[in-house]
Amino acid sequence: MSTLLETKNVNKKFGGLAAVTELNLRVDEGEIIGLIGPNGAGKTTSFNLITGVYTPTSGSITFAGHDITGMKPHGITRLGVARTFQNIRLFKEMSVLENVLVAQHMRMGTNILEATLRLPSYMKRERHIHERARTLLAEVGLSEHENAKATSLPYGKQRRLEIARALATEPKLLFLDEPAAGMNPQESVELMEFILKIRDQFKLTIVLIEHHMQVVMGVCKRLYVLDYGVTIAHGTPEEIQNNPKVIEAYLGVE
Amino acid sequence: MNMSPVLHDTQRRDRMLTIGAALLGLALLFVFDSMFDPFTMQIFKLCAINIILALSLNLINGFTGLFSLGHAGFMAVGAYTCAILSMSPDQKAANYVLQPIVPWLANVHLPFLPSLLVAGLFAGFIGWILGIVALRLRDDYLAIATLGFSEIIRVLLTNAQTITNGSLGLKGLPRYTTMWWAWGSAIAITIFLVLLIKSSYGRAFKSIRDNEIAAEAMGIDVFGMKVLSFTISSALAGIAGGLLAHYLTTIDPKQFIFLKTFDILLIVVLGGVGSITGSVVAAIVVTVSMEALRFLDGPLNLGFMVTHGIPGLRMVFFSALLMIVVIYRQQGLMGTAEFSWASLSRIGLLPKRSSKEAAR
Repeated sequence: MSTLLETKNVNKKFGGLAAVTELNLRVDEGEIIGLIGPNGAGKTTSFNLITGVYTPTSGSITFAGHDITGMKPHGITRLGVARTFQNIRLFKEMSVLENVLVAQHMRMGTNILEATLRLPSYMKRERHIHERARTLLAEVGLSEHENAKATSLPYGKQRRLEIARALATEPKLLFLDEPAAGMNPQESVELMEFILKIRDQFKLTIVLIEHHMQVVMGVCKRLYVLDYGVTIAHGTPEEIQNNPKVIEAYLGVE
Repeated sequence: MNMSPVLHDTQRRDRMLTIGAALLGLALLFVFDSMFDPFTMQIFKLCAINIILALSLNLINGFTGLFSLGHAGFMAVGAYTCAILSMSPDQKAANYVLQPIVPWLANVHLPFLPSLLVAGLFAGFIGWILGIVALRLRDDYLAIATLGFSEIIRVLLTNAQTITNGSLGLKGLPRYTTMWWAWGSAIAITIFLVLLIKSSYGRAFKSIRDNEIAAEAMGIDVFGMKVLSFTISSALAGIAGGLLAHYLTTIDPKQFIFLKTFDILLIVVLGGVGSITGSVVAAIVVTVSMEALRFLDGPLNLGFMVTHGIPGLRMVFFSALLMIVVIYRQQGLMGTAEFSWASLSRIGLLPKRSSKEAAR
């Protein structure tokens, strides 16, 4: 299996604060990788570095053979990296369907003249992305809400809409930032099944941040543990569970 | 598409209603044109120009979520471009009395349509350049930068004596802006914007307004889209400026102070930031009431006191109205909603969908 994403000695400093230090992630195709750690450990910052929201202070990031260090987020998304957000970021004034349609804009390859004049070539693509958006919404169980305002959905459904929207960008690599936040145990189990399902169905590689240990241990093949920006452990769920450094980071030491 | 034939009926009805309304509108314009006295016609034409201005400001402020206050500048660019291109060499000689016009412009004399198009293109070009620089800023900073830009334009116009005739302005422009030109442009631009907003590009603009970080993460080239929206908005403001020049027949730099931008902003906020319908309705209402309330500026007998005419009193009305809207109805008249025939049947003005259809 080939390496899809690799970060080499990535550092990020905000002024005097080292948010991420020497991050060395390696993600192979088809894997589900977990990124865990206490609050403020630099997990979301790591996501932001890889998806282009922040530029690393030093180090390099390679995705599918492309050096994506310092690229703009939309360029990285175009290469096939999608994400969801910890604090949900839906397009709030737009409908559920429109949220998914927007994510396909860059794949339409249309120009503004064609789109405004509604030329047949554009209308064909428009129909195609509508069909695809509806399929994706059916996939996450939001079909009956397609005309609702995105923010009118209950919290759990907003999370699912975020995933549907991310899938609409046709990613190879999907970052999920705390997908199980605020879910009850039953919903978490459903989420695990859902993550495994979309991985197989869309041939995805998934990296997820999660505090919910049941989910993390259930779906992840390997884990990286961050604390104060430093990778303190790396290995299979079993190895991590018994790692004294990890226990120390989470529970403190006497 | 899997549309049932019944749904088609509603669609066909809506299409017939649209065509009917368009024909009625056209007939009304014709009736107004032959019935109204010239003064009323002037107000009527101003409505159309204000519709274009409000829509173009709404594209950038309402749909793309960029707080821009540079509209007066783009109007000025459009107005001067259109005026200089369409004046005859004789008129130019008569206007430029302090210093003659630069030779390369002295003999340019284009008909109205090409002048207006060049005015739009040139204002769009200036908007593009400003956009590339200023759109790196956001929120209040962008507002200040664009406000400053519009003042720079005004100062340039005042001082470029050999091109713009400076503070003397340009007088005696041909009265090209007939009702057909004004309303024709307004209708064409409204249709253009409706199609644009409903297209994939419109969705991209709105996604930037709603959440810039998410838009970028969904593969939208946020900066490019902002520049695009800003350029289109500037070009439309330029066209409105050109129409305004040949409507007033005299222009000078003082007309384009930043207060002009706030007049348009008033319309956009009252109508609803992010609603084309709102902008159109508010443009007409505000323009007409500006005239209708003119009596407030004259001597008033309030019963307990008599004023001797306070110029500008009618603006107090609009200030109060704006405050009421901002406090009690921030979304304005329409919010982000748009007119549709379906919304008319929802509030009971049109028959509801047939029972057969409702049973689907």
